[in-house]
Parts: sequence; C-alpha cells; structure tokens
Amino acid sequence: MEMVPVSWYLLLAALLFAIGTAGALTRRNGITIFLSIELMLNSVNLTLVAYSRMLNDQTGQVLVFFVLAVAAAEAAVGLALFIAIYRHRRTIDLNRMNLLRW
Amino acid sequence: MIQYLWLVPLLPLLGAVANAIAGPRAPRPVHTAIGVGAPGLSMLLSLGILWQYGTGMAPSPFEQVVYPWTVGELAIDVAFLLDPLSAVMLFVVTFVGFWIHLYSTGYMAHEDGYQRYFVYLNLFMFAMLLLVLGNNFLVMFVGWEGVGLCSYLLIGYYYDQKVPPRAGRKAFVVNRIGDFAFLIGMFALFSTFGTLNYQEIFSSIAANPAAVTGEYALGLSMAAFVALCFFIGATGKSAQIPLYVWLPDAMAGPTPVSALIHAATMVTAGVYMVVRSNVIFQLAPGISLLVAAVGAATALMAATIGLAQNDIKKVLAYSTVSQLGYMFLAAGLGAYTAAVFHLGTHAFFKALLFLGSGSVIHAMGGEQDMRKMGGLKKQMPTTYRTFFIASLAIAGIPPLAGFFSKDEILAAAANNGHWILWFVGLATAGLTAFYMFRAVFMTFHGDFRGTQEQEDHLHESPPSMTVPLIVLAVGAVTAGWVGISKVLTFGRDFNWLHHWLEPVIATVGGGGHLGEGGHEAAGHGGEAAHHLSMGVEWALILLAIAIAVTGILLARSMFAKRALEGEERLIAALGPAHRAFANKYWVDEAYDRFIIRPLAALSRGFWKVVDGFIIDGLLHLTSAVAEILGDLGRFSTTGNVRNYVLYFFLGIVVLLGWIIL
Repeated sequence: MEMVPVSWYLLLAALLFAIGTAGALTRRNGITIFLSIELMLNSVNLTLVAYSRMLNDQTGQVLVFFVLAVAAAEAAVGLALFIAIYRHRRTIDLNRMNLLRW
Repeated sequence: MIQYLWLVPLLPLLGAVANAIAGPRAPRPVHTAIGVGAPGLSMLLSLGILWQYGTGMAPSPFEQVVYPWTVGELAIDVAFLLDPLSAVMLFVVTFVGFWIHLYSTGYMAHEDGYQRYFVYLNLFMFAMLLLVLGNNFLVMFVGWEGVGLCSYLLIGYYYDQKVPPRAGRKAFVVNRIGDFAFLIGMFALFSTFGTLNYQEIFSSIAANPAAVTGEYALGLSMAAFVALCFFIGATGKSAQIPLYVWLPDAMAGPTPVSALIHAATMVTAGVYMVVRSNVIFQLAPGISLLVAAVGAATALMAATIGLAQNDIKKVLAYSTVSQLGYMFLAAGLGAYTAAVFHLGTHAFFKALLFLGSGSVIHAMGGEQDMRKMGGLKKQMPTTYRTFFIASLAIAGIPPLAGFFSKDEILAAAANNGHWILWFVGLATAGLTAFYMFRAVFMTFHGDFRGTQEQEDHLHESPPSMTVPLIVLAVGAVTAGWVGISKVLTFGRDFNWLHHWLEPVIATVGGGGHLGEGGHEAAGHGGEAAHHLSMGVEWALILLAIAIAVTGILLARSMFAKRALEGEERLIAALGPAHRAFANKYWVDEAYDRFIIRPLAALSRGFWKVVDGFIIDGLLHLTSAVAEILGDLGRFSTTGNVRNYVLYFFLGIVVLLGWIIL
C-alpha cells in the first residue's frame, strides 16, 4: 500500500502552525487566541507523530501524550483564568488587559 | 631649671585640657584654680629660667629638642630656643599674661561660659609661647595659627550676639591673607636652604650673603622676596596697612582678651617675626624701607582715626594699631632693638590701658561710650590713677616707659636722615598724647553723664582686678629703664637692652649691602656712621616731649570740664577731616566695595556657572542619558500580552533564521 509521504504531513503541520500563529497574533478575544495556541500545539503533535512513523520510533508518540496532557491542564487553568477575568472585568479582550504596564 | 623650658608652653596647654575635661558644670573655683594656676606656674617657671639664663648659668642660646616632628627630607623638630630675643618675649608674654588671667577672674565673674573663657585663654598662652619659643619657622607658624584661632574664638566669645561672631570671622579671614604670604616665604626659605631652623638659615646667610641677594622671583632678590612675604604676613597679624581692619572690630571680645591678645602679645607677633628675621630684612633694604613707610603711615592714620572715636575700647584699639606702626617704623629703619623695646613697654602700658577701660566698663554695666561717662575718678581712684599713668607712658612723658622707647624710634629715624618718617612719628606722638588724654578727661573728669541707675551702680573694681592694674602700672613706669639711650645719660652706657639683644641682631656682610637704614641705627647713640650731634639729639628729644605735653594740655583745656562741648569744638575745628576720621577713612567701605563685593560676585559666578551649570550640568546630563535610554526601552513594555506574543514570535523567527541560514 502506497504510504502518504511524510512531507505532506509536515506541510499540513506547518500550515496548521502558521494558521495558529496568525490567529494568536491577530485576534483579541482571549478564547480565540487560546484556540489558536491549541492549534499550534496540535500541529507540533502531528509533526511528532509523522516523524515517529517515519523513523519507526515510539518516543515521538509518547511525547505527544505528554503534550496532550499539558494542553489539557493548560486548557483547564486557562479557561478558569478567563472566567475569573471575565467575572471581574466583563471582558476577555486582551488589549484591555494592560494593568502590568510600566 | 632651664631644662624644663618645654614645660613653659605645656603648662597652659595642660590647663586648657584640664578645664575642658572639668566641664562647664564644675564649680567656678576649680576653673579659676586651673585657669589661673597654669599660667601662674608657667610664669614662675619662666622667671626662674630667665634668672638662670640672664645670670649666665645656662648656655646662650639654649636650644632644646622636644621631639622630632618629621624625619626624612623635611626634617623638622619640635624644639625650643631661648636666646636674648625670645627671653624678652617670654618675659612679656608670661608676666603680662598671668596678670591678665588674674584680672579676668574678676572681670568675667558674672559672665556665662567662664570655663570656656579660661580654656581659650590658656590655649592662647600655649600657642603664643610656642610662637616665641620655637626654634624654627614652622613651630613659629603653628603658634602663629594657634593664636589666630584663639583670637577668633575669643573675639566671638559672646556668640549669641550679632556683632562678635562676625568680628571674629573678619579677624580670622584677614589674618589668613597674611598667613598665606608667610607660608610662601617659608616655602621659599625651605626650597633654598632645606631647613627652617633659624640658626641654620641665618648662619648660612651670614656666611654667604651673596647667595640671597641675586635675582630670585618677581624681580626681587631672594632676601627681598622672603622679607616681603614675611612682612605681608606681619601686616595681617600685627594690624598694619592694608590688613589692619580686623583689629578695631576685634574689640567685640571681652576686654581682658583685648588687653592680652589684641594689645600686648599676639599683635606684636609680627614685630617679633620681623626682628627674628632681621638678617633677611637687612639684606633687603628696599623692603625694609617699605616696612618703615607702612609702619609710619599706619601710625599716623590710626592715630587720626583714634581722635574721632567715642568708644573707649575703639580709641585704645586704634592706639594699638598706631603703636604697632611705630614698632614697624623702627624695624624698617633697622632699629630692631628699638622695635623690641617699644614692643615690651607697649605691652605693659597698653595692657594696663585696656584693663583700666575694662574696669570702667565693668563699673558702667557694659557701657563703652565715653560721652556717657565722666567724673569716674571719684568712685574709681585706683583705676583712674593707673589709667592716668599708662596714658602718660603712652604719650611719652619721661621717665615713664613709653618715653624711652618712642624716643629711640624717633632718634633712629632722625639718625638715618629719614626726616619725613621722623616727622610722621613726631606728629603721631602729639596726636597720641591728645587722643589718649581726651579719653582720660572724658572718662574720669568732669561730671557724670550717664543714667542715674549707672551712677548708683558705680564702684571700684574688686582686688582681683585692681592688683593687676597696680602691678602693670609699676611696669608702665619702670619698663623703659632697661633701655636708656646714651644721649640721655650724656654718653654713659646704661642701655642694658641694647647689649642684651646684640647677639640676635646680626651684622651681615658689613655695611656694604645696607642702605642708610642699616643696622647701625640699632646702636642709637653709639657707633652710627651717620650720626647727629648730641646737642641736636637733645633738641629733638625736648621737642618730642614738648609736643606730647602740648597734646595733653590741649586735651585738658578741651575735655577736662565740659567734655561734650569740647567734643563739639573738636568736630568744628577739624571740619570735614573729622568726618573722614570718624568714618575710618571709609576703608572698610572701600574694601567692601572694591574687594569683598567683586569677590562675592565672582564666587557667585563660580557657584552659578561652574558649579551649578557645568558640574551639576554634567551630572544631570549623565542621568538624562540614562533616563532617555530607559524611556526608549520602556515603550516595548506595553503591558499588552499580544505585543509580547509578537516579540516572542519575532524572536523565534530570528533565531530560526539564524540557525537555518
């Protein structure tokens, strides 16, 4: 069976990473940025899995589990923070989160 | 006993330290015992030493190294020298000094800060003895500065009033100007001779006078340069033109201080220094003539100002300036013996005059204006008699002390053919007799012109004050007998002082280097090359006496009965000159206008421009640069998380780019 070439996975991962980066940089809504960061993390996961298959080494796939665990924890903490901020300030627009300036 | 010479200055220092440790809350008798005891012991010891020295039981000159101060290239010892000159000074300082200490116990009895007063006064004695006993210029300079410090402290003794601290500051600053020149002179001597020891310097000059008569600096010879520097130093300490202005103001201190420091001892330090350096001055005839001219000008100027003063202490202050001028006149003419002679006699009668005025001020409850006195002789007979004797002495009436010394100075001027200087001296003598007896008659004769309250308070001073008056009065009468000139004794030689000081007054390289004002004049009536006949000398002496008597009688006719009318007549007679005298020739104002204010403006300029603009500006510039850099960095810290993310991203791009490329 013809295998999908690794370069395709990598291209897809790079595309996803670029979309995630663009989203993280351009959006103002905290949740959207959060989603973008998740996208970036998952594009990295995709890369890891692709290389793992290519090199026939399970380490990459194990690492993906770690990343997923961290991403889950991050999601829990991050969302809790956003809820706290929203309760306090009635917004999650990051442009207005600038109290720590100077 | 002479081996204890080092104790003579040390005792007053110990007294000062002991009183300082005892503190102001110790009982007054303790302060008195220490404060008067220390200079008393010092006086007894020095009398013993002088006896031993004078009777030839000790080597002359006697030198004693206390300890080596510095070693190496600048090797200077703390060492004392007892030679005929310092012996005379030692006697004057300890003797007059002790009696003034004793007098102070009565005068200061009701004042605050009694302990502080005696600490300073003892410290002064220490510094003054260091000055006269040192065997090199540096020890002299330490004493010189020490007496200046004590003078400052004691002038500003009443520190809670407005005028005294200012007067003290003025005295200190004006003295510093002179001290600076003194230092320069010392440096010049040290750089040439490699030592500051008197005997080493003077013997090497005497051995080779040509070494110091060549061109040195500012177109002057070495001797002239050093002499000029030393003389400028002396004008500060001894209140000569142009630095005399501090002395009249110094009267803001307690009266015994004026007697001790500003009449008898400290202000004569300049004369002592010039006489001590007579070898150098003899090799600088031009500077010597300058010394004589400045002395004569000071004598006349101060005497005229003295005519128009109403404050009894101011009269005496200007009189002191005037008499110091006499001493410099003598020293400049080469009559060093006469200068020391007048220094000694003046110490007695001027200290007595000041103490007498202090007694009067004490009785008047602090009043110093003679126009509010009058008729005090009834209540204060002892003060009156002693003051009268001192006035006769200063006026130059024989056989009192002032007559002999003043006569010797006038004779020195006449013998050297300096008739202008002689005439100035004579005129000053007449003025002195007049203004002193103006003071006597205004204060002690006529009717009392003060308030009723003051009149009820009038009393003769306690014995602690009158005894010193009597002792000094005896001195004012007899002190002149040690130096009776040959003319007065028809050629017989009774001039003890002249012979006594002979070893100190060098004869440098014969008369060749000296002008007509050379050392021969010191031997007035002796072997002077340029000598007046005895008849002429007698005529000049009688003329001087006649002028003094005229001055006294004139003062008597004007001030004895109705002093205030006499004062009006004096003002009318002098016309505009009186205004000049009363305003002290506006010298203080001129100094203020032409020196102090430009200096202050210059200082302000330095403050504003150099300090404020340049130095502070550089500092502010440094901080401004740091601040601007900080501001630039600050703009990146927006507090906006999204910006940080962008930086983060850009950073990664750069890093990756760097790794890949």
